[in-house]
Amino acid sequence: MIVPTMAEMMAQGKQPEVLFWVGAAGSYDDRAKKISRAFVKILHAANVNFAVLGTEESSTGDAAKRAGNEFLFQMQAIMNIEVLNAYEVKKIVTCDPHSFNTLKNEYPELGGKYEVFHHTQFIQNLIAERRLKIDENTLQGKRVTFHDPCYLGRANEVYESPRDLIRRLGVNLTEMKRSKRTALCCGAGGAQMFKDAEAGDKEVNVLRTEDALETKPEIIATGCPYCNTMMTDGIKFKEKETEVKVKDIAELIAEANNL
Amino acid sequence: MQYLPNILFAIALIAGIGFFVINIRKLTRNIKLGKDINRTDNKSERWKNMIRIALGQSKMVRRPFSGFLHVIVYVGFIIINIEVLEIIVDGLLGTHRVFKGFLGDAFYGFLIGTFEILAALVFVAVILFWTRRNVANIKRFLSREMKGWPKNDGNFILYFEMVLMTLFLIMNAADPAFQQAGIGNPISKFIVPLFDGFSTETVHTIERTAWWIHILGILVFLNYLYYSKHLHILLAFPNTFFANLKPKGQFNNLASVTNEVKLMMDPDADPYATPAQGEEDVVPEKFGASEVTDLNWVQLLNAYTCTECGRCTSACPANLTGKKLSPRKIMMDTRDRLEEVGRNIDANGGAFKDDGKQLLNDYIKPEELWACTSCNACVEECPVNIDPLSIIIDMRRYLVMEESAAPQELNAMMTNIENNGAPWQYNQQDRLNWAKEK
Ligand code: SF4
Ligand code: SF4
Repeated sequence: MIVPTMAEMMAQGKQPEVLFWVGAAGSYDDRAKKISRAFVKILHAANVNFAVLGTEESSTGDAAKRAGNEFLFQMQAIMNIEVLNAYEVKKIVTCDPHSFNTLKNEYPELGGKYEVFHHTQFIQNLIAERRLKIDENTLQGKRVTFHDPCYLGRANEVYESPRDLIRRLGVNLTEMKRSKRTALCCGAGGAQMFKDAEAGDKEVNVLRTEDALETKPEIIATGCPYCNTMMTDGIKFKEKETEVKVKDIAELIAEANNL
Repeated sequence: MQYLPNILFAIALIAGIGFFVINIRKLTRNIKLGKDINRTDNKSERWKNMIRIALGQSKMVRRPFSGFLHVIVYVGFIIINIEVLEIIVDGLLGTHRVFKGFLGDAFYGFLIGTFEILAALVFVAVILFWTRRNVANIKRFLSREMKGWPKNDGNFILYFEMVLMTLFLIMNAADPAFQQAGIGNPISKFIVPLFDGFSTETVHTIERTAWWIHILGILVFLNYLYYSKHLHILLAFPNTFFANLKPKGQFNNLASVTNEVKLMMDPDADPYATPAQGEEDVVPEKFGASEVTDLNWVQLLNAYTCTECGRCTSACPANLTGKKLSPRKIMMDTRDRLEEVGRNIDANGGAFKDDGKQLLNDYIKPEELWACTSCNACVEECPVNIDPLSIIIDMRRYLVMEESAAPQELNAMMTNIENNGAPWQYNQQDRLNWAKEK
């Protein structure tokens, strides 16, 4: 798989069309790495001239900021902004709604102004520009439900682009009783991913998985690597891994198109 | 002697309104204890929000049943103020139904008729509300924080409204001239037979008594607001006007931190440089919030506006899974503490005297704060655009930056970000390995 870096591009005197911000999960987490690879396959299929920062990428600081460590967040932000600005980055795409939110909303004030896309928005544009087509036969008729990531949905009011892509797969899209602006969190946000939950009578991801299972899905579609982990764990907890798969929309598109 | 009722009325009115004004002054003083924040940008969008959300109740009706009942009570409240205006003019001038001659029988009849129907609808709505609160076992009315005063307060308001509506109808029913005119009495005419066989004298006394208790009741109600969650009927308007307009995921970047970070990262900065003029005696700012006075005035206004409806809490993933966090409780605690600070200031001649307490720990526990996923469900749900999440984050900031009191795993996560640029313990040089794997 060819994944060019900004440094390589610069050495060749080239400027890519878009920077793919991979994020820490997309770089290191075994499950999320598959999402990064699926998305790169889509970028290649659509002939998008892209690059990543590679070893020059660092945490956006999202988790630190939600945990309350504004110092660490701003240090990360200022470092990242220096790198991004040195490469004269204009457009960024990411599969991680947390990176998306932070880069889009919190970096501008600190000197980092970019046009930022969630991968579902970016793919939607590729389709509109006729650079990509989705095969609607491969997954035809499968029952799919979509879990809205809080940082894409409520936080930035992006509800339609993931749904639009799912519909293009020719599948049967069902909605959970809590969806869009009333969607329930997967339980990972606000730095919860990195700590044990406070005492209660249930884990949030289990409750959310129950919401999803009520729709009797074959596939739970997600648009966030953390939601993906939480829902996958939920499905395991409910011992449903043979019947229900948790897949990122990028993976579903790559699969549909046999990439 | 002839003017005695007018004089008594004027005194009651002045006392009622005067006391209200004194309390509102205290309220604004308390809100101003908060830090300054600029919320005057984008005026047209702010007006639109206020009209849509506070006046138009757009977020209220997202829950159709309670939303519909609320709209009835709310419309009843607004329209009945025309009636109150007539009472005030009559009371001061010693006239009787002064608007009748003024507006003409037909229009006056139409108005009062509408009020009577609304009064009846409000009465029914209030009974349904009462049943929901006290009989129907609805989870958000039974939470931990809804014991004692918050529960009683909710019920008192409902009783108040029942009594006021009843008095209004009795007052109309016991007014023979009004009944004989046969205009605007679609409901009260059914009460009239109750007075059959009463002397003219008695009926008149009933009418006067109902009239007086009605207006005195309204004055008492006005003053009750300040002590009650019912304050939202006034504060919903400024609160929706000044609410956050930015994307919900966008948290503010603390400017005080930006300065320090820039200094730290700028190799040319001279840490011993003499501060620019005017900056000499700046007290180093406290990071985050541990007390109500560390919050900004919009957050404090939020606390006074909270209706304790619990819609936020009923959507909160942490609360739904049995954790201690309840965004409604965050708002109620903030208000309780702010009131306490206000009383302290009043008792100590205008200056706060340390009472050994603060919002953090004495009211809100770290365990509540750490359970938040920052999902914004509470913010989305609130019918009056309150932002409990902003308070939670400001308090987390205090715990982390001032007290280094984050849970152990979060400290590990933050150390990893600092050392490896990722929340996990991986080497930054391995960041691109995913591209080489299959
Ligand atoms: S943002 Fe926090 S307090 Fe609000 S609903 Fe989500 S978890 Fe609950
Ligand atoms: S914060 Fe809003 S939603 Fe929550 S109880 Fe108060 S008024 Fe209701």
